[in-house]
Amino acid sequence: MSKTQNTPGGVRSKTVADYLNDENIRAIIYQIVAIGLVVLAGWYLVSNTLANLERQNISTGYGFLNLEASFGISESMIDYTPQSNYATALMVGFLNTVKVAFLGIILCTIIGTIFGVARLSSNWIVRKLATVYVETFRNIPVLLQLFFWYAIIPGAFPAARNAFQPLPDVLLTNRGMYIPVPVADNAYDFMGIAAIIAFIVIYFVKKWASKRLDATGQPFPIVWASLGIFFGLALLAYLVGGAPTAMDIPALKGFNIQGGYNISPEFMSVLIGLTIYTSTYVAEVVRSGIQAVPNGQWEAAESLGLKRSIALRKIILPQSMRVAIPPLTNQYLNLTKNSSLAVAVGYPDLVSISNTTMNQTGQAIEAISIYMAVYLGLSLITSLFMNWFNKKMALVER
Amino acid sequence: MKMKTILAAGAMSVAAIAANNAHAGAVLDGIKAKGFVQCGVNTGVPGFSAANAEGKWEGIDVDVCRAISAAVLGDANKVQYTPMTAAQRFTALQSGEIDILSRNTTATLTRDAKLGLTFVGINYYDGQGFMVPKALGVKNVSELDGATICVEPGTTTELNMADYFRAKGMSFQPVVIENINETTAAFFAGRCDVYTTDASGLASVRQTMAPNPDDYVILPEIISKEPLGPSVAQGDDQWADVARWAMFAMLEAEEYGVTSENVDEMKKSESPAIQRLLGVSPGMGEALGLDEEWAYRIIKQVGNYGESFKVNVTDKLGLERGINALWTNGGLQYAWPVR
Repeated sequence: MSKTQNTPGGVRSKTVADYLNDENIRAIIYQIVAIGLVVLAGWYLVSNTLANLERQNISTGYGFLNLEASFGISESMIDYTPQSNYATALMVGFLNTVKVAFLGIILCTIIGTIFGVARLSSNWIVRKLATVYVETFRNIPVLLQLFFWYAIIPGAFPAARNAFQPLPDVLLTNRGMYIPVPVADNAYDFMGIAAIIAFIVIYFVKKWASKRLDATGQPFPIVWASLGIFFGLALLAYLVGGAPTAMDIPALKGFNIQGGYNISPEFMSVLIGLTIYTSTYVAEVVRSGIQAVPNGQWEAAESLGLKRSIALRKIILPQSMRVAIPPLTNQYLNLTKNSSLAVAVGYPDLVSISNTTMNQTGQAIEAISIYMAVYLGLSLITSLFMNWFNKKMALVER
Repeated sequence: MKMKTILAAGAMSVAAIAANNAHAGAVLDGIKAKGFVQCGVNTGVPGFSAANAEGKWEGIDVDVCRAISAAVLGDANKVQYTPMTAAQRFTALQSGEIDILSRNTTATLTRDAKLGLTFVGINYYDGQGFMVPKALGVKNVSELDGATICVEPGTTTELNMADYFRAKGMSFQPVVIENINETTAAFFAGRCDVYTTDASGLASVRQTMAPNPDDYVILPEIISKEPLGPSVAQGDDQWADVARWAMFAMLEAEEYGVTSENVDEMKKSESPAIQRLLGVSPGMGEALGLDEEWAYRIIKQVGNYGESFKVNVTDKLGLERGINALWTNGGLQYAWPVR
């Protein structure tokens, strides 16, 4: 349309050739052709798959989810028996994946930050040790590390009959670690409620404290106050609930140790393997984040008379966070996705249970579509959260 | 010009994929064209399918593939092996990645009807058993309440065990690891009290992988029927026929006393059944879409069923024929007549 030609005798009516030579119209035609090809390819793949399945007499659909799974699962956060259906079995796998990914993300952040700061330490030994740690575990494939831990854990600890007791009532065996847990009681429900109340109170105290800091310049010991509120309320709830002391203590009974909470070797292998592997990347992210903050910031803080520790906490880390959060998000996503390697060491994660399901039912495409959707969902949620966090941490100009 | 090239290339590739759609006889034609049989086997169960010290695959499951290759391609060694875990095997067959699955796989209704497989025969009648360390002092399965049990995922074993323990009102803790080598390593490291699989598999694992085979006992109970046999993808009946009759030819040969040693002399036999089998009186090969020497080559290059069983199972694992004897000796192995 931009190339409409004006002739001296008036506006010439446009011919088909004019339209075809129009850049904008051409662009639209190309786009339509491109979309058409993509749709065609997709349709071809889907119809071909369906035809092949039909030819081989393989049934399709998600109806199998209601059938009885009839296989056992070693660890589950919800009630599961072989009589449960496949949907429940997949849910067990999903929760196990979330459990290991969630704990892994928290632990790798803590360990990674420690090693990242240590790599910048002025102490030669600390600095070199951190470098060796990072370079070793970063450069060994994570699957091999899982195999390594899974070979070590059942191999290094004694059989259930002569379990090793590092602490009273904590048992270490080749079946994993057993720790005593309190027997369920109302008091623990009260403590849960108290914790939620504590978080709300802390939120308001924090708001008040920062307002006071802005107004008067007087700092408030918010960390100590928060800890006090949290534990104080929890203790109060515990006492109100009647201070129960009954514990479920693990002990040898029959073949195995019964009672207590069991942390299986499979879970330990996956958690340790993923945490250590990812923590090396987190360490590098943290180090680069700190180094990205210009030295002038340190000097400026010093000239204002701030202590080095306060300068690190209030000036340097908040700025390095801005650099660190996007690559950190990548590492969290990697950890979540790498957790699918758990299948190799027998941890019943989503992939492991999906594999069993597809094998028993033959619904390969359906089972894979479910776990692909779940991993995509988990990754999107993680990155949405991190994007929100990133925005919150970003420089707010006043 | 450029646009036209792209469009032409696109059209050609679509046509090429479309032409790939299977028709009866497609697998056989494909094998003849590529010159080898792609055979899915176990990652390592000595006696059934395992690579030996020289990296050569051996076992009665491997011999099924070798027999088919001898019948179709004239050479028992034209087989390419794809080792697979229990969880991978059916998808590989459904997708056409392998031509035949010969991996001690139990024939069941679900697998036959719903997974798109066709079982072409049973080359080993088996049942599920349990193995425990001798030190545990367990004498039979009913003492296993509360035990931790190592098992492979996606197997009938996994389901039988859950059924059995449920029926007996006993509890168990499964440890499910995908690769059989990892599973057995976990068992021998003491991660589990019990290892369960087909009785033949237990014998194989005990004999070949245990640090000291005498430290482990296989419990007397057999809790299930496990008819193990090769399978092909549904939809190509001619290919299923070839696979089935390659197995039957080995059984027929044993029944008539034809071995890899005497097969050349047997060609002069007066017995009509042997003449048909060895192609002296023609017709059988043609019916299968093969040449008339198909069974001769199987017997010459691979041996009959009894020979294969003795070399792979009896000599290696110390297991006798048992129910896998020929029907003429009171066993279950019974080939349909080649005629």
